Amino acid sequence: MTTIDQTEGMSYLESFPRKFLRVYLPLGLIMVFLLFPFYWMAVTTFKPDAEMYDYEKYNPFLIAHPTLEHIKKLFFDTDYPLWMWNTVIVSVSSTFISLFASVCAAYAIERLRYKGSRYVGLAIFLGYLVPPSILFIPLAAIVFQLGLFDGNLALILTYPTFLIPFCTWLLMGYFRTIPYELEECALIDGATRLQILTKITLPLSLPGVISAGIFAFTLSWNEFIYALTFISSSENKTIPVGAITELVNGDVYHWGALMAAALTGSVPVVILYSFFVEYYVSAMTGAVKE
Amino acid sequence: MAVIAEPVAAHVKRSSLWSRAFESRNFLGAMFMVPAIAILVLFLAYPLALGFWLGMTDTKIGGVGRFIGFRNFVSLSKDSVFWLSVFNTIFYTVFASIVKFAIGLYLALLLNERLPFKSMVRAIVLLPFVVPTVLSAIAFWWIYDSQFSIISWVLIKAGLLTHYIDFLGDPWNARWSVVIANIWRGVPFVAITLLAGLQTISPSLYEAANLDGATNLQRFRHITLPMLSPIIAVVMTFSVLMTFTDFQLIYTITRGGPINATHLMATLSFQRAITGGNLGEGAAISNAMIPFLVAAILLSFFGLQRSRWQQGGRD
Repeated sequence: MTTIDQTEGMSYLESFPRKFLRVYLPLGLIMVFLLFPFYWMAVTTFKPDAEMYDYEKYNPFLIAHPTLEHIKKLFFDTDYPLWMWNTVIVSVSSTFISLFASVCAAYAIERLRYKGSRYVGLAIFLGYLVPPSILFIPLAAIVFQLGLFDGNLALILTYPTFLIPFCTWLLMGYFRTIPYELEECALIDGATRLQILTKITLPLSLPGVISAGIFAFTLSWNEFIYALTFISSSENKTIPVGAITELVNGDVYHWGALMAAALTGSVPVVILYSFFVEYYVSAMTGAVKE
Repeated sequence: MAVIAEPVAAHVKRSSLWSRAFESRNFLGAMFMVPAIAILVLFLAYPLALGFWLGMTDTKIGGVGRFIGFRNFVSLSKDSVFWLSVFNTIFYTVFASIVKFAIGLYLALLLNERLPFKSMVRAIVLLPFVVPTVLSAIAFWWIYDSQFSIISWVLIKAGLLTHYIDFLGDPWNARWSVVIANIWRGVPFVAITLLAGLQTISPSLYEAANLDGATNLQRFRHITLPMLSPIIAVVMTFSVLMTFTDFQLIYTITRGGPINATHLMATLSFQRAITGGNLGEGAAISNAMIPFLVAAILLSFFGLQRSRWQQGGRD
């Protein structure tokens, strides 16, 4: 028996207890490790303060008297709705700007194959390797000079710097899968390049465009260092920055509200992700396989 | 490509200079690149260059700096906090990357088995990667709380401990705590991409090895690892880059404390530049990260070249 497990085709021969020990148990333990922080986030969000700070009387893993007080406090006593709104505006706008620029760029590099396109493609890819933690200081100076400081526009214009390289790279892969013959036929029929792009290439690579969009959206929802550096007033903050800077008063941590912010700030991304999870996974794996 | 160019040339004859320009691939290509290039030059290439410059000035927030050459670097070389941050960054990157790789590879192998609800399991595994890092870091911050840590509570209940662990108050505890949070966040990425790599390995290779009587370990060593090595190089380069330049987790969980014990170069440069107002010095710290990043990229690049060469120059 020992020599034939792990072969996909024959693993059904393996007995259940053996497979349990070898696969299900370790897998289960890793899943618990990966999911526990979310569980803890949710439990804390719905737990009244009295239970949260009393491990003697209450089992911390359970909620005796579920409450919405933390969520209520978060939504009505803080600028959280504004942060949520800013995050949505910034993520949606920078996603659309990046998608537009990336579709054009990827089409030009992959399909028009103009002179030097390979080098430009490589340069754009290298742009992805430049981390935001190196750029944020000079960018802050630029944002300030352009008069964009403390506004959504500062984020909308800077997020594409890490979104465009990624989306372009992803879309180049998708465009490559569309047969040239389709474009040639259209060219002979007198279609312009723009018509070819909008009527043939884009519709055929829709899954790629969708996954690039989801990636761009989740990446900008997740962004922190630019938002922390370029935004100063509470009403202009995004969720991650607002939660970290506004929900902590000196040494007093409002754990309930903090966890509620973490939970409700994650939910939109998770919902979007769960709708398109197959795109997400295939794009992520496809991008690396290149 | 020539196939495309010919019909274009054939049908352009009649048109004006302007529309002919639009039929030219080079001109069109340039036009299509304008939006991407404009944004990337203004907000990526220019700041990168400006960052080099700033690192050699004494710029303060709101002021104009003078060029001071390498003086920032000279003063940093005598700055024990800077060297501590370099040590922390390397410690953080090395340990987090190794464990991320180990757990990620193991998880990928497990997910590659015949499993019920396979796609659902995969979707769940990716969650830590999808959820905004700062928000999950807040959860870790709470998990590591000195008075109400759930980990301490469980260990005490299990009789393994007598008092609560001060996760974030003690330098070494804090270092390990942030490393674990980073591992948690990074494992899904490694696992899912390695899983994609595993799925491209033909099962016939394993069948052939079985017929030859290879053991599990031998199959892993001589089939899985070599076939997977290009993708391992790519994934680990990304993983190392992301870990080395990490900011969010540290800023959220410890802000570099206790007594700078968890300051990474990125958080220290933020503290000096934005909180402290010394843009020039902060930029110099950021720039000090660049040699490490270039080394990581080159290492994996040459590693890939070497493995390709060993495999007889395929690809």
